[in-house]
Amino acid sequence: MSLLEVNHLDVRFALRRGDVKALRDVCFSLDRGERLGIVGESGAGKSVAAFSLLNLIAKPGYIAGGSIRFDGQELTGMSDRALRKIRGHRISMIFQDPMMTLNPVLTIGEQMVECLKAHRRIASREARAIALRKLEQVQIPSPEARLDQYPHELSGGMRQRVIIAIALLLDPDIIIADEPTTALDVTIQAEIMALLLELCEKHNVGLILITHDLGVVSQVTQRMLVMYAGRVIEQGPTREIINDPQHPYTQGLMNALPQMATPGSRLNQIPGSMPSLDNLPSGCAFHPRCGFTQRVDGSERSACRSQVPEFVTSGNCRVACHMVAEMLERERIPAEETAR
Amino acid sequence: MTATATAPVRETAAPEAIRPLLEIRGLEKRFSLSGDFLEQLKFKGGKLVREQEYVHAINGVDLEIQRGEALCVVGESGCGKSTVARTVMGLLHPSAGEIRYDGTRIDDLSTRALMPYRRRMQMIFQNPYASLNPRMTIQQTLEEPIRLHHPDWSQQQVRDQVAEVMASVGIAPDWGKRYGHEFSGGQRQRIAIARALAVDPEFIVADEPISALDVSIQAQVLNLLMDAQRDRHLTYLFITHDLAVVEHFGTRVAVMYLGRVCEVAPTATLFATPRHPYTQALMSAIPRLEDDRPQHIRLEGEVPTPVNLPSGCVFHARCPHANARCREEVPALIASDDGARVACHAVEEGRLD
Amino acid sequence: MSTANSSIESPPVTSRWARFRDSYLLYSFKRDLVAQISLLAFLVLVTVAVLAPWLAPMNPYDLAQIDILASELPPFWIDGSDPAYLMGTDAQGRDLLSTILYGARVSLIIGFGAVALQALLGVCFGLLAGYLGGRVDAFLMRLADIQLSFSTLMVAIVVGALVKAIFGGATFSDYAVPLLVLIIGLAEWPQYARTVRASVLAEKGKEYVDAARTMGLSSRRIMFRHILPNTLSPIFVISTVQVANAIISEAALSFLGLGMPETHPSLGSLIKSGFDYIQSGSWWITLIPGAMLVALVLVINLLGDWLRDVLNPRLYKG
Repeated sequence: MSLLEVNHLDVRFALRRGDVKALRDVCFSLDRGERLGIVGESGAGKSVAAFSLLNLIAKPGYIAGGSIRFDGQELTGMSDRALRKIRGHRISMIFQDPMMTLNPVLTIGEQMVECLKAHRRIASREARAIALRKLEQVQIPSPEARLDQYPHELSGGMRQRVIIAIALLLDPDIIIADEPTTALDVTIQAEIMALLLELCEKHNVGLILITHDLGVVSQVTQRMLVMYAGRVIEQGPTREIINDPQHPYTQGLMNALPQMATPGSRLNQIPGSMPSLDNLPSGCAFHPRCGFTQRVDGSERSACRSQVPEFVTSGNCRVACHMVAEMLERERIPAEETAR
Repeated sequence: MTATATAPVRETAAPEAIRPLLEIRGLEKRFSLSGDFLEQLKFKGGKLVREQEYVHAINGVDLEIQRGEALCVVGESGCGKSTVARTVMGLLHPSAGEIRYDGTRIDDLSTRALMPYRRRMQMIFQNPYASLNPRMTIQQTLEEPIRLHHPDWSQQQVRDQVAEVMASVGIAPDWGKRYGHEFSGGQRQRIAIARALAVDPEFIVADEPISALDVSIQAQVLNLLMDAQRDRHLTYLFITHDLAVVEHFGTRVAVMYLGRVCEVAPTATLFATPRHPYTQALMSAIPRLEDDRPQHIRLEGEVPTPVNLPSGCVFHARCPHANARCREEVPALIASDDGARVACHAVEEGRLD
Repeated sequence: MSTANSSIESPPVTSRWARFRDSYLLYSFKRDLVAQISLLAFLVLVTVAVLAPWLAPMNPYDLAQIDILASELPPFWIDGSDPAYLMGTDAQGRDLLSTILYGARVSLIIGFGAVALQALLGVCFGLLAGYLGGRVDAFLMRLADIQLSFSTLMVAIVVGALVKAIFGGATFSDYAVPLLVLIIGLAEWPQYARTVRASVLAEKGKEYVDAARTMGLSSRRIMFRHILPNTLSPIFVISTVQVANAIISEAALSFLGLGMPETHPSLGSLIKSGFDYIQSGSWWITLIPGAMLVALVLVINLLGDWLRDVLNPRLYKG
């Protein structure tokens, strides 16, 4: 059994016009020490997915169904008190904006000590020693001095390192990182990502990395989910998806990257934009933008319009697409016939 | 002004064919950090002294942009690339240096004298959510620049022009009655591009026009900008931090660090053989889709604040190849035979090979 | 070109009315009982005040209608009342109900008039200070500080004394309404100027203002056509509070004898005129106009609070 198992998770936002389904039928699992990437454009629901794991979704949002099992415990419906023991302790989070986590009026050391004392019965001196060791682990120059500095005295990259040190403070099993390097410059981003990767490997910590950057995902994670309009549409080993994406949306996303076109030529754009969650198209949410709703012979595949696609297994990947399902079906029948 | 006196000499010297559309010479921009006069007064050693601190956003930038090309300026946050764009557009006044447009110095022109240039140069902004006036309809937004620059046009002419520009950027005519907030980020950026194109400019400054957009939308907007360049013979000054976009879009690239240009080169040359140590580090840091985990060049420390500029080469504190000369002497941009110009003592001395 | 695609995804055109019907303003109004009652009460008060000449049983300004013998009659629920005077009469024998209706009219005229003047001055100065910055900003804001350090009372005393000294007391009485509008308007414009300046500074940093500047638009057009419409919500919110404040200021000035003369009473001067009789048992002459003043100011403040919650620029996403 995996360390974290999410099954058929539904998250909704109770708005005045009725409920908006922010996440629908999200399933994934994470083993100990595994690194999972969640990729999608803004509005795809990737941050909601991460926040709902620890029941951190803000008020109008609520978990409407499904289960989140962490180390044998069911997290949905767990009391806030019990959840707080897991939050920050066994599962910690890294946000895009370090100032969201860091309190501007406390020194780095005070914040780290406070965090340790909240979860463990520990002497201040000992807590400070642990804090110092964690700062050393994240390769901050002169860690001793940093303990007595305030967050605003550090640069953006340094702050994100402190955040990582705080996330590691209680030796968690899983770190959820929500766009941890988006606000940073490329050279700093590369260093932070390398550091995160190194630490996760060394301490056998699981990582859920939420990002819109396919390049980052391909370098850091072992498996990935691609989300579109609140659903997971493709998941599998990162390498396989990057090298051979099955879902037309994943393909479109990859082909739209400037790296994929000859310099100066037109890029392969996906027409239109992601639908808003309160006004989803029928059937497959991607069908109005999809270039594959027609079969090769020109006939219309009506299921794309009318039916929400189920997951089909293609190699090591699972894809929610009628076209892929149809292709697999076609491959399977001749194979069975020859076998007979 | 002395500069205007020398201008005609230069204009006759450079025929239009080779004269760059935009020339930036020795551009500097400082922002005062010290507030007003009273706040600058400090009591030191028994004396009242006036102290002023500055952020040195740009420190001596030389660039020229040829007609029809797309010059991309790349660099990390705080390197001054946006300040260059805003100074060129006249949103900021340069502290020193000059900007010439089509041979005429424009940075010291009066508002009235600048008007013809305002029509020829347009700007596209980063944040499509803030660049449209929330209280104006799309039609009003697009009509405003046309009415301003063509006061003699009839209502019908203005409408025709708006319809033409809307069609050319892929905006349906019925968008006109709506307000900006009804559209998605990509759609708003289309509208902002339409506003810039409405007065038929020849030069467009685009300040991170696609950074705030999603990947699939980035491709749409980039295509739109490239189509517009081809159809309208535009010249771009394109500010971005995304090297992948630069490689695709740029004719030439200028890499900036801490308010200075470290390297200017044709795009293909720069990506094939980056010379400046900073350019090399920057290129190695791009996350790639390829399997192998590439070794990026680790730079020591982080970008220093532009308040107290380092002496000598601005990059020396983080440069793995820095020596005593780099710490003292500011390197000049030196042209090499393949069209690239690099400001680095190590490159000049051949220490890097 | 993706023209076809973009036209498919474009949102449906909505009329102004439909937008209002879907707006957050109306939605939160429908759910807020206090706001509904306040608005209703406010509309009733304004209507009766505006229609005073037609609704009031008698004209308190018309000396011919006043019967001095019917002075200090109590309201209808107290023994000794006269059914002709529903709310009783004041010391000069004027029908109190009519006088209150006319008085509320005067108070409202001064309140709205003064706020209009404050808004005009404050918005112009705030726009100039915020948009131009630098010395203009420093000068205008110091001016505002100086103005704020004089209380409304001081301004009233100075202006009142000057007008009375130069033109005589009778002229002051004749022009009391415009003069009070001028006094309260002058005394409190800095509130507007500061609010407007703050939101102008916020708007000025947005890119649509830069876009307008690169277009070559004049500063005046950018200020009034681009920035001003985007600062309307805070202006709207403080206007409600300011109307209530102006009505209170006027009442205070009148109570002190610096405002409306008793021949042309506002709510404040009515309260003052009754104040002398409160000891002799005729409490209604003071308390009934007082209750009217409290009600008026309260509903305006409640409406203002609700508006501020709804339009709070930080919470409101438009």
